[in-house]
Amino acid sequence: MWQAVLALIVKELLAVLKDPRSRMVLIVPPLIQLIVFGYAATFDLNRVPIAVYNQDHSQPSRDLVARFLGSRVFTQTAVIRTARQITPLLDARKVDLVVSIDPRFTRDLLTHRPAPVQLIVDGRDSNTALIILGYANSIITQFGLNWMRGHGAPAPPALLDIRARYNPTLNSQWFIVPGIIAVLTQVVTLLVVGLSVAREREAGTFDQLLVTPFTQGEILLGKGLPGLLIGGVEASVIILAAVFWFDVPLRGSLLALYLGLFLFVAAVIGIGLMISSLAVTQQQALLGAFLFMVPSIVLSGFATPIANMPPVIQELTWLNPMRHILIIVRGTFLEGSGVHAFVPEYLALAATAALSLLAAGWLFRKRAY
Amino acid sequence: MAAAAEPRPALRLENVSHQFGSHAHPETALAGVSASAAAGTVTGLIGPDGAGKTTLLRLVAGLLRLQSGRIEVLGEDVAGNPDGARARLGYMPQRFGLYEDLTVRENLELYAKVQNVPPQAWTARGSELMHMTGLAPFLGRLSGRLSGGMKQKLGLACTLVRIPELLLLDEPTVGVDPVSRRELWAIIDHLVRTEGLTVLVSTSYLDEAERCERVLLLHEGRLVSATDPSEFAAQTSGRSFQVSAEGMGKRRLQAELAQTPGVLDATIQGSFVRIVTAVGAPPPSASALAPGLTLNITQVPPRFEDSFVALLKTDGAVSLAAQTPAPSASGDAAGPTAHRTAPPAAAEEEPVILAAQLTRRFGDFLAVDAISFAVRRGEIFGLLGANGAGKSTTFRMLCGLLPATSGTLRVAGYDLRRAAASARARIGYMAQKFSLYGDLSVLENLRFFASAYRLRDPQRRARIDWALEEFALGAHAAAVSRELPLGYKQRLALACALMHEPQILFLDEPTSGVDPLARREFWRRINALAESGVTVLVTTHFMEEAEYCDRLAVLAQGKVLASGDPDSLKARVRTADHPQPTMEDAFIALLEAAAQPHAA
Amino acid sequence: MNESLERLTGLLRKEALQILRDPSALAIAFVLPAMLLIIFGYGVTLDPHRVALAVVVEQPDAVTHSFVAQLRGTPYFTTESFSTIQSADRAFDADRVSAIVWFRSDFTRRLASRGAAPLGIIVNGVDANTARLIEGYLQQTWANWLAMRSRERGLPAGLPIDLEPRIRFNPAVRSRDYLVPGLIAIVMTLTGALLTALVIAREWERGTLEALMVTRATIREILLAKLVPYFLLGMGGMVATLVLAVWLFGVPFHGSLLVLTGVSALFLLAALGMGLLISSVARNQFVAGQIAIIVTFLPAFILSGFVFDIGSMPWPIRLLTHVVAARYFVATLQSLFLAGDIWSVILPNALALAVMAFVFLGAARLRARKRLD
Repeated sequence: MWQAVLALIVKELLAVLKDPRSRMVLIVPPLIQLIVFGYAATFDLNRVPIAVYNQDHSQPSRDLVARFLGSRVFTQTAVIRTARQITPLLDARKVDLVVSIDPRFTRDLLTHRPAPVQLIVDGRDSNTALIILGYANSIITQFGLNWMRGHGAPAPPALLDIRARYNPTLNSQWFIVPGIIAVLTQVVTLLVVGLSVAREREAGTFDQLLVTPFTQGEILLGKGLPGLLIGGVEASVIILAAVFWFDVPLRGSLLALYLGLFLFVAAVIGIGLMISSLAVTQQQALLGAFLFMVPSIVLSGFATPIANMPPVIQELTWLNPMRHILIIVRGTFLEGSGVHAFVPEYLALAATAALSLLAAGWLFRKRAY
Repeated sequence: MAAAAEPRPALRLENVSHQFGSHAHPETALAGVSASAAAGTVTGLIGPDGAGKTTLLRLVAGLLRLQSGRIEVLGEDVAGNPDGARARLGYMPQRFGLYEDLTVRENLELYAKVQNVPPQAWTARGSELMHMTGLAPFLGRLSGRLSGGMKQKLGLACTLVRIPELLLLDEPTVGVDPVSRRELWAIIDHLVRTEGLTVLVSTSYLDEAERCERVLLLHEGRLVSATDPSEFAAQTSGRSFQVSAEGMGKRRLQAELAQTPGVLDATIQGSFVRIVTAVGAPPPSASALAPGLTLNITQVPPRFEDSFVALLKTDGAVSLAAQTPAPSASGDAAGPTAHRTAPPAAAEEEPVILAAQLTRRFGDFLAVDAISFAVRRGEIFGLLGANGAGKSTTFRMLCGLLPATSGTLRVAGYDLRRAAASARARIGYMAQKFSLYGDLSVLENLRFFASAYRLRDPQRRARIDWALEEFALGAHAAAVSRELPLGYKQRLALACALMHEPQILFLDEPTSGVDPLARREFWRRINALAESGVTVLVTTHFMEEAEYCDRLAVLAQGKVLASGDPDSLKARVRTADHPQPTMEDAFIALLEAAAQPHAA
Repeated sequence: MNESLERLTGLLRKEALQILRDPSALAIAFVLPAMLLIIFGYGVTLDPHRVALAVVVEQPDAVTHSFVAQLRGTPYFTTESFSTIQSADRAFDADRVSAIVWFRSDFTRRLASRGAAPLGIIVNGVDANTARLIEGYLQQTWANWLAMRSRERGLPAGLPIDLEPRIRFNPAVRSRDYLVPGLIAIVMTLTGALLTALVIAREWERGTLEALMVTRATIREILLAKLVPYFLLGMGGMVATLVLAVWLFGVPFHGSLLVLTGVSALFLLAALGMGLLISSVARNQFVAGQIAIIVTFLPAFILSGFVFDIGSMPWPIRLLTHVVAARYFVATLQSLFLAGDIWSVILPNALALAVMAFVFLGAARLRARKRLD
């Protein structure tokens, strides 16, 4: 039996690797996504264009402006001389932020009255707006504390001592790149497994396969194991890229990571085989894979936190294998967790894998004529 | 000058050549073809698969850029004025692109508009076309739901919304049942008579070529012959014989005759063997075959196909059959399992394949309606029928690919759908279109199927070597099977199906699309297998293939219309004015007889 | 001319009938967009609300109490109290809380004596964006608390600067309000490029184009007959998503419908042109679908500024975004919805779209031939 299954696996791998279209599916989308997600999909801000409207021409206000311009986050692209310039600049999206320093700024500072500074942000992209405000806020707070120390003013009664655990510099890449491991492993496995039966149906070789002495279990095994192999290789390549190219720290146990990936790939294979047994043409299989993939990525916490979603949808994400593998991948990479930390996730993935594989087997038997 | 008086040819080809592929690997599709077609005639374009027929038609239609040579359509230079030439010709591609989600009427109206048929003229023209094609009752039907024959008729009607001066038809009758084929030809003949248009039609059916006024025979891109069909057929006049022998089975006799020097072609036809001898060679003598044998040799009038095969075989350009060693039974490699001398199946023996009241329903549609037949060991049994007659459904049920709705079926004593997987090791299966793993090489395909059939290593390697040698695939072992010529694909498919020396062989349309030579070679092999005791079940819509079967079941609309051996089926339609009916005549007569009660 | 019009109406009628009968075309045009809009509209929110905070108060008193009350008073946080940092750490590691606010036992004493008492904040940095937003909220809460304390005691303000942030166009900073308009660009990319590419590839596959080529219909008529119906279908998809955006998600629309229609039309022409171009390269649906997803759909998602800020990308990728038509459309849409008819945004972007439409349609026309090779 094993020899025959092995022949099936070898054939499957050869078919995937020799067909230029399948090869393209294996290589092009992962490469593009790794580059695009790794570099373009970032919430970190750089070179945000700002304009300063400094109506108080004195040393303290120039110091404040210098703090803004010294930050790598902001670059000044316009200087404002009259209040009328503000609106057109913001409207035309020439700048995202206008820092407007009141003429009374220095006077109020020196007289211990709150010195007014206005921050006007373009809210069309509200996430960027909030982050810009956060950066501006901390620059101004630092300036304020510095001023108080320098001028013998009483220190504020309490100071925030903020530390970000696991990702001290709050680097978005550390968040996105481990996520890509899960996303790309899913995309590749799903396409390889999901299209394999449809491809054989189209070519007519599926009937040929069914009249050989293979049992249906062996055929399923022969279709599933190559997916596990390819998914595993794909995941390992991206893990290497994450560690050595994107410099994301891998702090936890590899065993915990690979155990999670194994269960995850098994679940994805089950889903892929379900799509495969339902689709008659590769076209349909592709559409089915797409229809599964988009919600599974959007509702996984890959780019946006699950906690922000409406409660009903949050509950729904429990069914999504992506959700669990993302917790495992990020946990092992950044939080340094071990196997024991992920017991619920392993159980959820194992359950999904078992159910989807059983369902695939059942559908397969129903459709295999 | 005198030449000016002659009518200008409707089509003139002058030294036309065409190549596909890259500069590094050019593939010649046409090499220096020069020919012409007189106005108001039907010219047939024949030749094996890949001979360049479609390329030639596309060049004339202006769909491909002319690389070298000159093509004139009705006096217009195609390369210089493609639109001018195009406006005056009609072209029906091989698979005419009907919009399947549009109805018959909508398809016709689309083409009427696109071809600028004035609305007032369309009323008359449209009803004439519908009448002519017999599509009038189906105007509201989606064209995707038409039968293959009706689709082709609709395609032809769409091409004819505006009567062209030159009509190009690319294999218009492929996949079309014999009745529809006759109707299509009736339409073409009618048009030529009444409208005087010129037709250039490519076909792989040689009997269709005989209806043409002139035939152009292409082979590997070269024009091998351009004559009128009777002249073409006459090339073998006096060299065609019908042979039978007492004390020797027809298959054995055919195999022996095929190896006799001086015999160019030997095919089974009913209970006879039809042979064509080489120029100057005497008809074979009994003593040359086997001592004590009595041969009955009768000279018969030559057929078109005789000359076709004779020409290709003597042409020297023949690639396939010439290289292969004479086929031997698959049992040779493994020794004692062969039953070369076994007489074809004793009557009391249990049938190897049995179908009783076999029925299959798809929703409301009764695809197979209570079919019964039995196949004995060593017999070649044919399921003959048009597309949609139910033969593929029956075939798939027998192979265990499709559950039967009701009825019994037994293959080697098992119902393959329910039996253990190991029971399938007894059967070999060759699917339509030679389904192999196209991306895998020849050797990889063989290795895969050897393992799939659970062969272990010394034997596995021996069988793979056998396949490479027996089917002359050795030189192509590393070739990607998708890129093999069709004839090789067919051989590889058969090799894979025979890997495990099955007792029963299922063949689904085994030679569709391959040229007559490859078809002959294929059947020689199948005959040898049957001689050795392998039971063969074959589906086909080729009347010619039906001749090779020991017994046939003729299917139509899911029912068995008739069954019996080819001669008895033909004998049913033998009349005084039609003493030599063909299989096709028999088939059509059966269909017509079956249609009678419905019409009444 | 009359004859040409005749042929065109025939082709258009055929196209319309096919669209109406083929459920998959209607599904790609209407169902898929609605599904995407709903998944994204509900699934993608970048604004954290009710962030779970662990509050560790080692020695509770009036001061810590007033700060915790201030935290609870904001809509951003829910709090869970812990008495030791160890127990809070466990909750943090189990991802039950996203941040810890830690009042050490000497907090009130140091506050009273020298001031500048350190208030420990530990944020989970794994999701950097959320972490940054939580930091911002906490800083704001802290500043408010300081100001309130100073006011209560009649002291000078806690910090010397009175910060007055104003967020224009989206004062409630709802991320949905900018994501949903961006989605319209995605949806129209889908109907425009993907559908057109697939539909023409299908005609190649089925051999219908070969049969059309030898008729009198010119290549311009064949292309035009594809453009018009899918243009209308795309505009239909746009209206459907617009209605969903305004009614279901309550996104404000400040611009004029006329400008929206005009810019959408330009974008759609560019997308259709791209679809035509793809289908002339790939003559089967599988490859056409792959190319369309890789060169139009993904870039529209990632490189259009729909979610991720273009200005912050590395320069090679920033350069690349200039050839993504969706980029110009997203910018216009966000302005139209949230700000209004801002001509300084609309004009340059519309011009860019017009140029792209011209280039793509022109290239598609040049590549199209009434020939098979």
